[in-house]
Parts: sequence; structure tokens; C-alpha cells
Amino acid sequence: MNNLIQIVSILAAAIAVSFGAIGPALGEGRAVAAAMDALARQPESAGTISRTLFVGLAMIETMAIYCLVIALLVLFANPFIK
Amino acid sequence: MIHSPLVSTPLFYLGPVPVSAAVVTTWVIMVLLVVGAASCTRRLSLVPSKAQTVLELLVGTVDQQIRETMQAAPRTYRALIGTLFLFILICNWSALAPGVEPPTAHIETDAALALIVFGTTIFYGIRTRGVLRYLATFAEPSWIMIPLNLVEQITRTFSLMVRLFGNVMSGVFVVSIVLSLAGLLVPIPLMALDLLTGTVQAYIFTVLAMVFIGAALPDNSKNEQEAL
Repeated sequence: MNNLIQIVSILAAAIAVSFGAIGPALGEGRAVAAAMDALARQPESAGTISRTLFVGLAMIETMAIYCLVIALLVLFANPFIK
Repeated sequence: MIHSPLVSTPLFYLGPVPVSAAVVTTWVIMVLLVVGAASCTRRLSLVPSKAQTVLELLVGTVDQQIRETMQAAPRTYRALIGTLFLFILICNWSALAPGVEPPTAHIETDAALALIVFGTTIFYGIRTRGVLRYLATFAEPSWIMIPLNLVEQITRTFSLMVRLFGNVMSGVFVVSIVLSLAGLLVPIPLMALDLLTGTVQAYIFTVLAMVFIGAALPDNSKNEQEAL
């Protein structure tokens, strides 16, 4: 029984990280594409655009990090594994 | 097996109190910050020295950010916001020193920082509005929103904590995994990426703290303070 819970936990961690990465990846792609577009139109405001882009990317990346934290919780702090 | 990033092992015992490595690092960083700030501001002159120029640049940037984000006079909030930024930045960068694990890679430090932001938000809200007026802001669009607003207070503090913890911890985790797989000098590009992540996360934490505190302030006091 305990063995089964461990197998399911590892599966759950892998699924959480892999599927949790899809959304942020799409979002980051759109953000970078929009920033490139803005850079091509207004190269003179490159500083502001790239600063805002980095902060925005970090915010989006946080969603993937949340999934990573959940995966680590499942792996290392699972309350159901004795 | 890599040890769990969620568990902190005690380094030594101070009487009955266990002291972990993160606590020691935190205190060393705090002492460095206090001694550095005290020694730099001891002899301030009208014609600034090198250290004073750097400090003035830093304080000026923090002031400008507070003015832009909170729409308030920076005098009241400069100490808190500036200290938060500097402390988190140095914590995140302390991974560069050999043998040091950044304190922000442990969830207790981040929980303490997020609780400070949570407490000061309520403190400044009550101080600028009064208790009843501050409580009334929870029913702001309509009274139906009261439970949502209450839950938001908790969840945004929680996400502040998990965001900083997850980003710094994942950096340390990935570096240690790559080091154990590939060996010396290979994780250096990842460590460089960690420096960037650490800076951006310190900036985001402070900006969010400013936004939360700024949202608790009443609109008219902002204009009054700006006139000061």
C-alpha cells in the first residue's frame, strides 16, 4: 500500500511540473513576442521595455515555480508516506 | 538522495533553541548591513565621497520608486522598503559565497518577510484611516465582497512568500543537482542566471510590498503627503 502511494506521488510530481510548465511557457512566449514587436516599433524605449519584460517574465514564471513547489511538497513532505 | 529543501537541520543549540544555518547567515547579513550603513553615514559631507555617492544613488532610486508606485511621500516608507530590497538582494546573492546557502531558500525567512509586509499593510492602513474606516475598505465595492477581500489578504501574503521561496530555492536546487551530475565549473551559467533571478525577485517583492501598502492608504492623504 505504502509502495503504491510512493509511485502515485512520483507520478503526480512529474505531471504537476510538466503540465504546469505549459501555461507559463505559452504566456512567456506571447510576452516576449509582444516585447519584440514593441522594440521593433520603438527602439528608443528599449530600456523601459526590457525592464518591464523581465519583471513580467518573472511574474509569469512564478506560476511554474508554484507547480515546482507543489511537486517538491509531494516528493519530500508527503503526509501520507510514513 | 538530495536532502529535502523544505527541512532545515539545526546547526547548534542555544540552550533549548535550535539554530539553523539560515538563521546564522541571516544574522551575519543583518550585522553587515547595519555596520556598513552606520560606517557609511558616519561622516556625511556636502561634497560626497565614493561610498556616499553610491548610497545617495540608492536612496534616490528607492525614493523615486516609492513616489511612482505608491503616489505618496517617500519619507515614511523609505526605511522599510529600502531595507526589504537590500536585505532580500543580499540574501539572494549570498549563494555566491562558498558554503553559504541563501536564507531566502528556506521558507521560514520568506514567511517572516511576508508577515512583515502583511503587518505593515494593516498598520499603515489603520494609522492613515483609523480603525473603522480601514475596516470599511473591506466592504468597498459592496458588502458581498467582504469574504473575498478577507481571503485576498491571506492569499496574496501566501503567494508573496511562495514566490520568493520557490524562485530562490529552485535556483539552489538546480545548481546542486547539476553539480552532483556534471561536476565542477559546469553550473556557473546557472549561477549567473540565479544572480539575475535574485535581483528581479528582490525588486518584485519590494514592488508588491509597495503596491499592497499603497492600496491600504486613502486617496486624499496621498495628495496631502505629496504637497509636503
